[in-house]
Amino acid sequence: MRKHPIRRTVYSVAVVVIAALAFVNAASAGGGATARTKLTLMAPASPGGGWDSFARENQQAMRANGVVNNVQVVNVPGAGGTIGLSQFVQMEGRNDMLMVTGGVMIGAIQLADSPETMEDIVPIARVSDDYAALVVPADSPYKTLEDFLTAWKKDPGGTSIAGGSLGSIDHLMTGLVAKKVGIDPEKVNYVAYSGGGEALTAMISGTTTAGMSGYNEVAPQIEAGNLRPLAISAPKPLPDIDVPTFKEQGVDASMANWRGVAAAPGITEEEKAEFVEIMSETRKTPEWQDALERNNWTDSFMTGDELDKFLDKEIRRTKSIVEDLGL
Amino acid sequence: MESLNLLFDGFADALTPINLLWVVVGAVLGTAVGVLPGLGSAMAVALLLPVTFSLDPTAAFIMFAGVYFGGLFGDSTSGILLNTPGNSSAIASSIEGHKLAKDGRAAKALATAAIGAFIGGLLATTVVVFFAPVLAQMATLFGPAEYFALAAFAFLAISAVVSDSMIKGLAALGIGLALSVVGVDGPSGTSRFTLGLPQLFDGISIIVITVGLLALGEVISVASRIHRDPNHSQIRPSGRPWLRPSEFKKALPAWLRGAGFGLPFGVIPAGGSEVPTFLAYGTEKKLAQRNGDTDFGTTGSIKGLAAPEAASNATAGTAMGALLALGLPTSATAAIMLAAFQQYGLQPGPLLFERGADLVWPLLASMFIGLVVLLVLNLQFAALWAKLLLIPRHYLYASITVLAMLGVYAISSSTIDLWLLLGIGLLGFVMRRYAFPVAPVLIAVILGPLAETELRRALSVSEGDLGVLVSSPFTITLYIVLAAGLIFSAVQHLRRRKAEAQQQDRELVDA
Repeated sequence: MRKHPIRRTVYSVAVVVIAALAFVNAASAGGGATARTKLTLMAPASPGGGWDSFARENQQAMRANGVVNNVQVVNVPGAGGTIGLSQFVQMEGRNDMLMVTGGVMIGAIQLADSPETMEDIVPIARVSDDYAALVVPADSPYKTLEDFLTAWKKDPGGTSIAGGSLGSIDHLMTGLVAKKVGIDPEKVNYVAYSGGGEALTAMISGTTTAGMSGYNEVAPQIEAGNLRPLAISAPKPLPDIDVPTFKEQGVDASMANWRGVAAAPGITEEEKAEFVEIMSETRKTPEWQDALERNNWTDSFMTGDELDKFLDKEIRRTKSIVEDLGL
Repeated sequence: MESLNLLFDGFADALTPINLLWVVVGAVLGTAVGVLPGLGSAMAVALLLPVTFSLDPTAAFIMFAGVYFGGLFGDSTSGILLNTPGNSSAIASSIEGHKLAKDGRAAKALATAAIGAFIGGLLATTVVVFFAPVLAQMATLFGPAEYFALAAFAFLAISAVVSDSMIKGLAALGIGLALSVVGVDGPSGTSRFTLGLPQLFDGISIIVITVGLLALGEVISVASRIHRDPNHSQIRPSGRPWLRPSEFKKALPAWLRGAGFGLPFGVIPAGGSEVPTFLAYGTEKKLAQRNGDTDFGTTGSIKGLAAPEAASNATAGTAMGALLALGLPTSATAAIMLAAFQQYGLQPGPLLFERGADLVWPLLASMFIGLVVLLVLNLQFAALWAKLLLIPRHYLYASITVLAMLGVYAISSSTIDLWLLLGIGLLGFVMRRYAFPVAPVLIAVILGPLAETELRRALSVSEGDLGVLVSSPFTITLYIVLAAGLIFSAVQHLRRRKAEAQQQDRELVDA
């Protein structure tokens, strides 16, 4: 090294220049960004889950149609999304970030007594829904919802129901149905599984009497004749799905696994309006319409006051179900 | 033989020059993320997903196949060279693999691992081609009672790793169990030992524990002695990456045994590849003890590396079969690949082979192609990778620290994880200093939660009736095998003691 002082100087100058350029670039990229040029979507779940695919479908639709030039998805997994929420709350005033949220997060907030709540973020839009279905194995003696409910009422402890983790839509819906048909939700024998796949084998193998799971996850097994659907949690009959709702069968319970986006606290009214506009434009893209169909998601677009009212109701309802379940 | 014809049609679709390019790209990317600790193939597939939208389905599948298996070829590379497994599936391979590298046979160890991964993947993919529907049925035979029996069985089968010093082994097992109970308890929702920190609600990630104990623990331990043994400031990588015929002959049965352990596990959700890799490792160690092999735990055993490596890839192969035939994602990678398949109109599930035949056979063919490409790639690079060890220790270990920290931070961008990593690294150092085995900690972290949740699920479904645990032929068989094994080893132990006592007597008499 010492033999080539010139080479060494040139080298260090080059390093300094490149580093300086990189810093300047990073600084300008950070400072001048608006939601239209560069948007970060935070999925508060690990890759592969529902929120993650929701974020990535949005990313795809936004990018392909130039709604936003550069969209990135960041995963912050953990505790039903509350880890992501607590990070997001600290990003005050960030006008280039949206977080994916939904019904599962409300349940998780209640369950974990999280210090951050939905009130700490700015809801932008509810975008799509899917629903939970009550299923039994194909060889189960219960042919209809009525058969199942009769058995359930007689022996709530011996009638086990498999589903997603505690506080999930599966769990909340199970509690809600129990309450509506006059079973003490605390007596429900709910067997929690951490993922849809695991819960699914428990249902097919007949480990539990029944299962409550996202309809999309059980649909192929229903089609193949391994599971029998008894009811679906949608409020109204769905045109593409040939399963009667709970309401149609006389149980006044419905619940959507809704997904949407929210912005960080402290953004201005104009910035909020811009986000709403971005989401409305994304919704109209052919890519997004295609994504809805492919994933069997129901369009439930909702913004503004309507959304705020919906959230208020959801939070109150979730609180009371979680209390009923004795958690 | 109909499957064979369909498979050949699949090859015809998949084998085009441009697809071969994609599989190489996928294999290189997969290997790269596999090598980095913490970054798994789930992340790689997620990142690649948008890129593949512009490709036709076959090209996309073939690239995914490269990434999927590439991650599994790569994770053992860093484990062997630096004792920093890239993923939990490579923990068992690292134990003997790193000893081989320390002994100067790094290139050879890498080649053994690559061939093992190839054999495991090849056998598993073949099984999937011919028996996918049977695999699907097997998965549904497993209820919580079966899982619990399996976990109990694995605990004892793996105890070979613990048995060097009973007390130290049990202490390490206890540490592992203590680490594994941290987090919100799934069945009841109670938080345990979370100190009120929401970041701990999901428990301590196995990656953090592995990287902390193995990589950081090693780094601190090396750093503490760097001036005391200056002669060993470098591992000398010598030797060629090729196995001699005699070595090949030695490793072959181990590869096959390992694959045998891995095959059934891929089908079981929640199984993961950790349990079969440790079972394979434990078996090889037991066999070595019986045959009087001394290279286990000293200079490193080729068999002890070959078996778990084959097991981990065999698991991955049949896991893909379960995903396709059942629509059940048994791992995070499988879950995201499920989403990817759906993008292309391939709906994994019981009806896949009837409805999606035009896509599923090229996919299976791509898995074979991916494996071959990865084998060639890894054998070529084995010698090159081994050169990594020529880097002077202080630079090398400093970069391991940086990589370990980066990898762990990349999982969930949480600073708590970094502090945990540091704490567990110190624990690893202390354990090394006082010669506690590290493997039992990892075994407890893997099997403990499995045994606990499944036992509680079984009892919750049966409303507390213990009879449910022995209510199926599978569980009864496992417990009988277990009991027989226990009696056998007890008798053996007593006999050996008697023999030793007699020998001592004789020596006394002679004296």
